[in-house]
Amino acid sequence: MSLSQAETVAVVPEETGGSLGREAWRRLRRNPVAIAGAILVVLFVALALLAPWLAPYPPDKPVGQVTPTSIPGPSAEHWFGLDDLGRDEFTRVLWGARWSLIIGVVSLLLGMAGGFLLGLLAGAFGGWVDSVVMRLVDMVLSVPGLLFAIGIAAMLGSGLDAVMIAIAVVNVPIFARLLRGQMLAQRRSDYVLAATSVGVRRRRIVFGHILPNSLTPVIVQGTLTLATAIVDAAGLAFLGLSSNDPSIPEWGRMLADTQRYLSSAPLLAVFPGLAIVIAALGFTLLGESLREALDPKYRR
Amino acid sequence: MTRESLLDVEDLSVVFRQRGRADVRAVDGVSFSVSPGETIGLVGESGCGKSVTSLAIMGLLPKRGVRVEGRITFDGTELPALPADKLRLLRGRDLAIVFQDPMTSLNPVVPIGTQVTEVLTRHRGLGNGEAREEAADLLRRVGIPDPSRRLREYPHQLSGGMRQRALIATALACRPRLLIADEPTTALDVTIQAQILELLKTLVAESGTALILITHDLGVVAGMCDTVHVMYAGRIVERAPRHELFADPRHPYTGGLLASVPRLDQPRGARLEPIEGSPRDTIPWTSGCAFAPRCPNRIEECTPVAPDLLGDRHGLRCVNPLRSDRPETKAVPR
Repeated sequence: MSLSQAETVAVVPEETGGSLGREAWRRLRRNPVAIAGAILVVLFVALALLAPWLAPYPPDKPVGQVTPTSIPGPSAEHWFGLDDLGRDEFTRVLWGARWSLIIGVVSLLLGMAGGFLLGLLAGAFGGWVDSVVMRLVDMVLSVPGLLFAIGIAAMLGSGLDAVMIAIAVVNVPIFARLLRGQMLAQRRSDYVLAATSVGVRRRRIVFGHILPNSLTPVIVQGTLTLATAIVDAAGLAFLGLSSNDPSIPEWGRMLADTQRYLSSAPLLAVFPGLAIVIAALGFTLLGESLREALDPKYRR
Repeated sequence: MTRESLLDVEDLSVVFRQRGRADVRAVDGVSFSVSPGETIGLVGESGCGKSVTSLAIMGLLPKRGVRVEGRITFDGTELPALPADKLRLLRGRDLAIVFQDPMTSLNPVVPIGTQVTEVLTRHRGLGNGEAREEAADLLRRVGIPDPSRRLREYPHQLSGGMRQRALIATALACRPRLLIADEPTTALDVTIQAQILELLKTLVAESGTALILITHDLGVVAGMCDTVHVMYAGRIVERAPRHELFADPRHPYTGGLLASVPRLDQPRGARLEPIEGSPRDTIPWTSGCAFAPRCPNRIEECTPVAPDLLGDRHGLRCVNPLRSDRPETKAVPR
């Protein structure tokens, strides 16, 4: 066709770079906040995974002599000192990272899966399905998150499973609402109309067109939710709603246990507290910069 | 008309209803027909119901809050009466539409190839490999160089003209018998415009597709259409074969549209004549001719009863039309 000659002239300086994902990755790498967040996250995950090998002492056995009035502080052998039962605090913080990560990831995945299903249902069908799902979501969201989690954890009895389920349930409506909103917005877009106009099936439109365009905020929310899940898990453990097993070093529980020694050994509260903050901060920074990188508004 | 028509639209009305507001009749008793290999134009300014007419034909209007009346017959089948799954089978295979904005009509996160091939796998039952080959062939046919590379790329990596071509390729993938082009060139610059129109023309001539070209650009109409329907406020106000319409516009609105287009045979610096007022000054057809408030030929008979569309070959909805020997409208604008 003779048109092609004109076309080659008209359209030369188009960019040839990669996909949206690659572009987002490029923006992410240039963002110092993202790098800081990523370093914290990598550090946290690495420590959590390698805790059994990195920890110098067993996490659940006394390794030194302590009395309620003399709890030794940081030293060369015990970097963070000993806790009220004579266990190595550094070891326990390391193992705590492991538990935090497990609880955070499992509850996030559970919550995401639930929210994804509900949001997909509401977003794909709309109409009365949407109304029913969204009213359910509204009901759950009307109760403050942590309070709701406490209720569920108390109902299920104490234990790590209960904590994970409680945090997951609290996160379900957040993901459901997010995905549903995205999908509804995409449903009205021109390319969905265009796909409909060539007879593409509804299932294919939902899964092939609407869903891929709706996932970005869900991924971002997932990263951010990991931070809140870790804080929530610590909060529940602090309130005594986590596992009763004293051999499981959980940051929130460690905080709760050291309350009585706050005046004599304040550092025992500082270390797990700092750990919680740093872990949550890492995921938050990473999540926020991910949001920026994937947001088309920031795209040049 | 001697040829058997492919699509017959009879007395089509589309009413948008919103709670707490008066109904809006976006399309109000529109009738026309298209035969295979014929190109008809729907012309009019923004908001006159052109696009809604095309969406109604395709069955793409939302179900809620919209009432579609009248008959739309495609090859003997009543389209609005068709169940949704049957209609989905027709769409893309026998009926296709090219939308106005190539920037938003392609899914930004799905490669071009997937979007072109899904029509082929859906309607022609091709396997993935075959469909990709066919898609590359389609892109080549619409003048996209290096099609196999383009298939792997995402919409943001293509220029506007290429995207519109990709959309046209998708629309033409199954050789539809009816193609609706809803302002296919409005979002594109002039050089690409000409290429796209040329492309549509060739394809219509080659495959005998019936084409409904929706536009507000009279130059496009002059170059493409066999018959032109001029719409105003949801109704057809004038309908005529192309040459007759340009040579002898009778409705004051058509005359106004033609007078507002710059022409080569006018002296340099000659002022263009705008149509007085804006579409907001339109009155409802129930209380007279909707164009009356803006019409230079307005007479008392224009209200309160709206005129009917009269005339067989050259249809006209006006009680005081322009005289047919106006010399300044003889030339066909290009």
